[in-house]
Amino acid sequence: MKVKVVVIPKAAVLDPQGAAVRDAMQHLGMPEVRSVRIGKFLEIEIDENAPDLEKRLHGLCRDLLSNPVIEDYEVLAMATAK
Amino acid sequence: MKFAVVQFPGSNCDQDCLAALNGIAGIEAEYVWHKKTSLDGFDAIVLPGGFSYGDYLRCGAIARFSPIMPSVVQEARNGKLVIGICNGFQILCEIGLLPGALVRNRSLHFVCEMITTRVEVADSAFTHGCAQGTLLRMPVAHGEGCFFAEESTLRELNDRRQIILRYTTADGRIEASANPNGSVENIAGICNRDGNVFGLMPHPDRACEERLRSVDGLRIFESMIKSAEAGQARAA
Repeated sequence: MKVKVVVIPKAAVLDPQGAAVRDAMQHLGMPEVRSVRIGKFLEIEIDENAPDLEKRLHGLCRDLLSNPVIEDYEVLAMATAK
Repeated sequence: MKFAVVQFPGSNCDQDCLAALNGIAGIEAEYVWHKKTSLDGFDAIVLPGGFSYGDYLRCGAIARFSPIMPSVVQEARNGKLVIGICNGFQILCEIGLLPGALVRNRSLHFVCEMITTRVEVADSAFTHGCAQGTLLRMPVAHGEGCFFAEESTLRELNDRRQIILRYTTADGRIEASANPNGSVENIAGICNRDGNVFGLMPHPDRACEERLRSVDGLRIFESMIKSAEAGQARAA
């Protein structure tokens, strides 16, 4: 099973990378770009027969994959590979 | 007095810390590998600077799960002095011994320079003997040293006098131009509520010899000796 997790900085946290990319996009023909935030995308392969998978995954999303002080996370998809 | 210098894979200021500490009368410092699980027999704990686990995921995010860390937390709860320098500060925030987090420098540049900090709390365990407003010159070397905390946390840090050091100009003024990384309120170092855990981005370990252009780091380590001795006297 493939799981996709997105980690993104909270709105209150300064994201200088996002600001630099926003400026570049505005300069390169997209003045309508208002803001860019840069986070992380994780693609995780998991053996799906394990118990409590979702609960344990969310636990590690909070403890390891994201830092709740500065980031939010979202589990995008838990699609079973066919 | 015995100091533990914890070595993580990727620590690179462990030797600086050991050399600086062993050069101070009254201190005996020893390495402790991160896979150890006990800090028995040590009076103070140092988490040195560096790039533990290559800074993968987030700075300190993986080191904070090292086998030694539960005993660091336990010893901190028991009141032992813990100092996290640079990467050590990041690890202390990640594990929740200190509030807030350290994010990418506002400039996006790695900063490596001598800076000035101002002592904001004179009677802390780490600035004992420094009058409020004392200026300490120390080097910084980091890419992720921009301190961030929510507003409520910031208010609490201010109210409880947990902000120990702020970045200032050479003559002690708090200005944006003196802030090397964009930290909120020019914060360079904070302690926990109990005052025994301290994290800072500047390197006192690299400011303990005249030939390194500053000996101000000694003030912090010497303060720790006095505080630990006072603590032991209280306990006895």
